[in-house]
Formats: sequence, structure tokens, C-alpha cells
Amino acid sequence: MSEAAPILEMRGIEKHFGPVVALAGVSFDIRPGECHCLLGDNGAGKSTFIKTMSGVHRPTRGEIFFEGRPLRFSSPRDAMEAGVATVFQDLAMIPLMSVTRNFWMGREPQKRLGPLKLFDRARAEAVVAEQMREMGINLRQADQAVGTLSGGERQTVAIARAVYFGAKVLILDEPTSALGVRQTSHVLATIDRARARGVGVVFITHNARHALAVGDRFTVLNRGRTLGTARKGEVAITELQDLMAGGGEMADMSALGEGAL
Amino acid sequence: MSAPTAAAKIDDERLKQVSWLRQALVRPELGAICGAILVFVFFLMVAGDSGMFAPQGIRNWTLVSAQFAILAAGACLLMIAGEFDLSVGSMIGFAGVVIAILSVQWGWPVWAAILSAFAVCLFIGAVNGFLVIKTGLPSFIVTLAFLYILRGLTIWLSVATTRQTIIGGVGQAAQGDWLAPIFGGIAFRGLFQWMGDQGWIATFTRGARIGEPVVEGIPALVFWALGLILFAHVLLTRTRFGNWIFASGGDAEAARKVGVPVSRVKILMFMFSAFCACVFATCQVMEFGSAAADRGLLKEFEAIICVVIGGALLTGGYGSVIGAALGALIFGVVQQGLFFANAESSLFRVFLGVILLMAVIMNTIIRRMITGER
Repeated sequence: MSEAAPILEMRGIEKHFGPVVALAGVSFDIRPGECHCLLGDNGAGKSTFIKTMSGVHRPTRGEIFFEGRPLRFSSPRDAMEAGVATVFQDLAMIPLMSVTRNFWMGREPQKRLGPLKLFDRARAEAVVAEQMREMGINLRQADQAVGTLSGGERQTVAIARAVYFGAKVLILDEPTSALGVRQTSHVLATIDRARARGVGVVFITHNARHALAVGDRFTVLNRGRTLGTARKGEVAITELQDLMAGGGEMADMSALGEGAL
Repeated sequence: MSAPTAAAKIDDERLKQVSWLRQALVRPELGAICGAILVFVFFLMVAGDSGMFAPQGIRNWTLVSAQFAILAAGACLLMIAGEFDLSVGSMIGFAGVVIAILSVQWGWPVWAAILSAFAVCLFIGAVNGFLVIKTGLPSFIVTLAFLYILRGLTIWLSVATTRQTIIGGVGQAAQGDWLAPIFGGIAFRGLFQWMGDQGWIATFTRGARIGEPVVEGIPALVFWALGLILFAHVLLTRTRFGNWIFASGGDAEAARKVGVPVSRVKILMFMFSAFCACVFATCQVMEFGSAAADRGLLKEFEAIICVVIGGALLTGGYGSVIGAALGALIFGVVQQGLFFANAESSLFRVFLGVILLMAVIMNTIIRRMITGER
């Protein structure tokens, strides 16, 4: 599976903001149907890297290949149209609106009625009900407001929306960081389902436990550099945590209380 | 890991099944429906024998309600899109004076004067919207400025051209015009004459109009109200654009992120609000045969009150055109009903304040139920 050609490949990416070097040579690739976890502590350069991947920032140096061809996204829209979707922490969802209206927002299906073009509500609701069922959410009714969903369910709706609208690469920015245990497992299950559909999932987190639960490969980012990529089964939680912390203190901490984190 | 938790999740969901009552509460129109029923029951009891529910009485409160409904249709969509227009009242005065000056003073055909007034109003609506979008200022401030600018211009234009604040003679100018009856005409005259002849509705028993029915037909204003309500309702609930209206008011940033043209939606809604104000103004000018510089005072607030009674949130993103129309009906029935019930008319304002407060409190509670915030 992981031998397939990468959809998105980034080589030696550097990003400078004036004198600040946010990324100092990052290499990363994502293949269809895999979940590649990008781990890093706060300030490691995760946000800058995501924004470079999703077209918000242009890299100062380095190459990006999309489906084998060199490519430069000039805007997030560009990236979205190519099939790189980012689900940010604030989700771009409106609590007062129904799940259906949120799901289709900006891309509403239409039907003709004489000279009028109407919102095809029946189709919109049917698609949403099916997508939600596949992702493991049972909606009470089609016009249920997003505000009534839990944080994990909202993540799931956002992921389902991105996958339905043709995402080939799905970038999830800390989707589990604000969630409780049960909601987290729900989101991890959603990641698993998206992967099963052949989407390449980039899962950004600083929680090694969450990463190990679903990840196929793991890349650790520290001080703007990647410290290598490991496959599933090749690394243990403590190793990932040590790498994220840059080796030093965390190793000492975990020596004190094994597995406390 | 995922399978058992997923099953637990579904069970959990089922435990949280909402009652039908709660579901019904979470509809924007509910308050307005209950309010309308209450108001009708109340006045049937208090003023049932006063002629309020005879044809003439019905025409009386229908007309007032229809006036409110025309403005409420525009204010409703704009409020759901997340903005206010406080310049509606001044726009009514302004549009009326534009029609009167063009047709009476400049001698333009009335249809040209009416179309010009619409063009001017749509332009001002677009300017309102453009300024709100470009400056990022609250629409409250931008349109408050236009409330004063337009009212001042209206009085100045009127006095500068005629030395009066009332410009008459539009009625004569409109004789035989093709567009004027669309705003000031009366439909179904024949039907009402026939009903009068049959003795089903009251007719004049003396004077020059003996034999003619007291209510001669249905004024064009009522059709405008129904048409605008229907248009706004279909646009909001049945089209792609309607979803964009909700999204723009619910969270403009989130809407922009997924590609909703928020600026365009908001500017168009300011223009629609201005369009409704111009319809109101034109109907009034055609009915009275004159324009006055003080027309439309406080109408912007009355329109907003109708919309809020109808269940819309002042913060945008939630509401219903049907609710706003019912709000207009409640407004009209109470205003005229107090008159029929021989109540002190100043009490109307007390009622208005109280019902506004109740509606806003109820809407806030409903919003908490929808979004689950505490």
C-alpha cells in the first residue's frame, strides 16, 4: 500500500519570515490511502508547514510535487481545487445552520423548476444522511443544527465534507487537541474511514498516543527540521516524545514515570 | 477500538432524543404563530362587535399590516444576512419626494418618475452595503448616517423646489399612466361590486356613491406585500442564494472560507431592503396623490420589530420571512385593534415595547437551545 506513488511530495522546504527561519529544510510526502502523522511540539513549525502545504504560504526554498509534477499553489483556492483540503481547528462551520446547509455551503446542488433554479433539498439531505451514516453519525433529523453536535462530531462533518468534495489529500490540523476521550476516538475512527476511501490523510498532532492509534508513518518536526520518518511498528511512544522534545528533558521525565504521558 | 465506542455513541444519541415540543420551539416562526393567534382571540373578545372584523375593519388592519410586511420582507433578509438598515424610513420620504418632484415639478411621465426613484433607491442601498463592507464598520452606524443624510436631503429638496414640505398633484399627473396603477390601483372592483349587489358586503346607502360597496376592492399594496413575502421566503429557503444569506449572517469568515461571496450577498440584501422601501413609498404616494418630506418616520424600527417578533436573531444567521410577515400582521392588528377597542392609542407604544422585549428574550433562549451554549 505504502509503495504507491506519493500524491503530494515536499522536498527540502524552507520558509523564512524576515530573519526568522520557521522551516529549515522539511521533507514530507503523502500517499493515497495512508495516514501520515506529523508530530511536533508547539513552535516546531507545524502551522507554517501546513500553511505551505495548503497554499497559504509560498516556500522560500524547496520543491513541491503534486501527483509527480512540480507545482506551486498560489492560493488556498488553488490547493483546494487540486484536491488538497485543510480542516482547520475552527472548522468553517456555522452552529446556527443545519448540518445539511453547512455541508453544502458554497456548493449547493440545484435543480430546475421552469425558469427557476432551486436548491435541491431532497438530494442535499439524502447525500448528507448517507455520508454521515458512513462516518458513523446518526442524525436525528436532516435539519439538525451543527450547534447541537459535539466537537468530535463537528470534526467528522468537516472531514466528511472535504472527502465528499473530492479531497485527495486531507490535512487535519490538531483535530483531537480540544476533545475528550470518546470524541477523540470518534475522530480517529473517521480518519480511518477517510483513509479506507483512498484519501491521503496528514494528521498533525502533538499527542503521540493519538498518532500511534491511526498512523501508518510518523514524521517528527523539531525546530523547523524533520528528524526522519518512521513506519508503523518501528517506533514506540517514548521515542516519538523524545524526538518531539528534542531529546533532552522529556527523556528524563519519562525515565521517572514510564508511560505517564 | 472504534467499533464498541461507535455503538455506544449511537445509544447515547438515542438517549438524547429531543421531545417534539423542543423541536417545535426551535423553529423561528413559533412565537409569531402563537402571538398572532393570541392577538386575534383577544380582539375577537374585546372588539368583536366593533366592526373590526367587518369588511371595512378587515381592510383597515390588512392595509396597515401589508405596509409593515413590505418593509419587514426586506429587513428580514438583511437581518438574517447579518446587517441592519436604519435608513429605510428616510428612504421612504426621499423616494416619495423624488417621484413628486420629477412628475409634478419637472413634468416627467409618472412611470419615468417611479422608475427613477427605484434606480436612486437601489443605488443608495448599494452605497450603504458597499460602505459597510469596505469600511468594516457596523451597519448600524453607516445606515444611521444615511437616516440623517436622506431625511435632510428630502426636506431640502422639497423646500428648495416648492417651498413646501408636501408636494401635491401626483394624483392628477398619474391619470392614465400605465405604471401608477401597479402601485396605487385597486383590484377585483367588479367582484366586490357584485358581492355588494348580492348584499354580502356593506354598500353605501346614501350620498353620491349610493349602491357602491364600502370596500371597493383589494389595493395593490396588499399584492405587493404578498408578492414580496413569497419572493423573500422562496429565495431564503429554496435557493442556493438563500443558503448564502444564512451563511453570511451566521459567520461571514467561515462562509468566505468555503467560497460564499459574502460581500455580494450583503450588498444585494441592502439593495433589496431599499427596493422594499421604494415600493412602500410609491404605493403611499399613489394612494395619497402627494408626497411629504416627513413620510416614513420610525418605519425602520417598526420593520426591525416585525422581524424580531418573527423570530429572527438580531445577530444574524437565523430567522424566517413567514415569521416576519406574521410579526407585521400582529403589529397591524394590534395598532388598529386598540383603535376599534376604544383604547388609548398611546398604549400601543407600551404594547410594542413589551412585545419587543418578550420576543428578544424568547429568541435568545431559542438560540441557546439550538447551539447548545449555556
